[in-house]
Amino acid sequence: MAKRIDVTGLTAYYGTHKAIDDISMHVEPMSVTAFIGPSGCGKSTFLRTLNRMHEVTPGGRVEGKVLLDDEDLYGPGVDPVSVRRTVGMVFQRPNPFPTMSIYDNVAAGLRLNGSYRKSELDDIVEKNLRGANLWNEVKDRLNKPGSGLSGGQQQRLCIARATAVEPEVLLMDEPCSALDPISTLAIEDLIGQLKSTFTIVIVTHNMQQAARVSDRTAFFNLAAVGQPGKLIEIGDTDRIFSNPTVRATEDYISGRFG
Amino acid sequence: MSQTTVTEEPPRPRPSVRPTTLRRPRLPGWSRGALLLGSAAIGTATGLVAGLESRVQWGLIAALVFVVGGFALTSAVEGRRQAVDRLAASLVWTSFLVAVLPLASLLWETIARGIPGVSWYFLTHSMNGVLSWQDGGGIYHALLGTVQQVLLASVIAIPLGLLTAVYLVEYGSGRLARAITFFVDVMTGIPSIVAGLFILSMWIMMMGFGYSGFAGALALSILMMPIVVRSTEEMLKLVPNELREASLALGVPKWRTILKVVLPTAIGGITTGIMLALARIAGETAPIILLVFGNNMINGNPFEGAQSSLPLFVYEQWAFGTESAYDRAWAAALVLIAFVMILNLAARAVARWKAPKSGR
Ligand SMILES: Nc1ncnc2c1ncn2[C@@H]1O[C@H](COP(=O)(O)OP(=O)(O)O)[C@@H](O)[C@H]1O
Ligand SMILES: [Mg+2]
Repeated sequence: MAKRIDVTGLTAYYGTHKAIDDISMHVEPMSVTAFIGPSGCGKSTFLRTLNRMHEVTPGGRVEGKVLLDDEDLYGPGVDPVSVRRTVGMVFQRPNPFPTMSIYDNVAAGLRLNGSYRKSELDDIVEKNLRGANLWNEVKDRLNKPGSGLSGGQQQRLCIARATAVEPEVLLMDEPCSALDPISTLAIEDLIGQLKSTFTIVIVTHNMQQAARVSDRTAFFNLAAVGQPGKLIEIGDTDRIFSNPTVRATEDYISGRFG
Repeated sequence: MSQTTVTEEPPRPRPSVRPTTLRRPRLPGWSRGALLLGSAAIGTATGLVAGLESRVQWGLIAALVFVVGGFALTSAVEGRRQAVDRLAASLVWTSFLVAVLPLASLLWETIARGIPGVSWYFLTHSMNGVLSWQDGGGIYHALLGTVQQVLLASVIAIPLGLLTAVYLVEYGSGRLARAITFFVDVMTGIPSIVAGLFILSMWIMMMGFGYSGFAGALALSILMMPIVVRSTEEMLKLVPNELREASLALGVPKWRTILKVVLPTAIGGITTGIMLALARIAGETAPIILLVFGNNMINGNPFEGAQSSLPLFVYEQWAFGTESAYDRAWAAALVLIAFVMILNLAARAVARWKAPKSGR
């Protein structure tokens, strides 16, 4: 079952640099939430705090609470490895494992975490490649390296890899920014299908994309360069795009700045 | 007034910036070959006339004539930029030749002189009871010693070196990592005789163990480890961070990420580094003399008693100075080179076979 995320008073640092300040919001289960905002306002940083990837960066530090249903990700005794199995992630640049075949890439998360029977794995790989709308394109070359695919195919491979471990939440950091319009459309379609299974959070620089795929939209901004990023407002996508309550949101959406 | 002057006399075009035609005079294709032959002839002639003994000197004169002549000719016909280009190209090629010729000549010499001595008998018998001026005898004892010592040294140095490199790249930061890096750098510069003396004083004199292949392997591992650490470190740093993050984000623990994603991605370069280290220690003589002592008989136990090794064998035979001993020295040198070569090829094959898919 997809889970609900509740963030309260979240602040993240890189060393002594405060990147985002005091963010509180909630993310509805089985829905798509889009993060928009100018570059450097901390969207990626915030996204990475939601599966404890932020602390992988040297000097990365987080204050505040992130509740997944009712468990605090940053509570005592929480294992970041379990968090990441529950909250999966797709990165901006497609990054399939270069030493592995297409099949092994999809199976990687499972194989590296435990032992599976061959027939079981076959089923899981096929199901997730179908889920990522990639199966028909690669079913004849599952044993070829994943790095031989086109950029859009690689990104769908990465999505299949992320969904194969059956997370409950899927975080996507500008998943289409390196792709052509056709591949972008393929991934947007895919996001529409995936939200029946996962809670999805997507960072995007593309207003139309946010409007097309998301149910709710959050706008981030920063007061000045070097200042920490803040959440300006969050609400139903229709409402944010037609009738934002904050002036900065309206300016950003209509392209007047940022 | 001044305005009219400008319009009436437009500034003169600068010919060097934009040529009037796209064509340029070019030297004919055969000129390079002709120049090569010509400079070779001049080199030979100068050598003969001046009565220079060494062919190396002839070659150097020819090379000089080739480089300078090519530059002069091109700059006369084609222009300055082409001439500089030609100069750089011929310098690169000449340096390449100067670097490769000694290597080729070394290989050629070793093969030509070593081949006659290498036989099945030579590979399977020891020097037991063979006097220095007698023909016959073999290197089985030395080959066995080298294989065992290099293997033992690898068993010690490769895991330690790999783990150190993994620590430095994946975990280490701050003072401990800096200290380790510093000591690894220092270790890289340790002369082999010093490593030998260190083990001699520690292992043999203080702890009271006797000469053995293992004592030699200890010294060899000291020489091998820093090379493994350094090369592995560089290779691990080349692995993109995105791959680590992709793996961590799948909920794979860090140690498995390193083992299954980072190391396989870098395996080719790591293997090359290990092979370089192996090649270096396989030819070491000094610590072997100090710690393994040398032995004409077969000693299959590297942990007890004196052994031999190929470089030591070559050194001993050379020192005898008899005809038969010389032959044995060359043959053993050839076997040593072949041994390192075969190891190298085997490791590359393994790395290639492992790298592309690495299913599990
Ligand atoms: N690895 C890092 N080390 C230090 N500072 C960083 C790092 N990554 C991002 N930052 C800083 O954090 C702030 C937010 O960056 P980011 O989250 O990448 O913004 P966005 O994704 O919205 O463009 C920026 O000021 C950036 O300079
Ligand atoms: Mg970003």
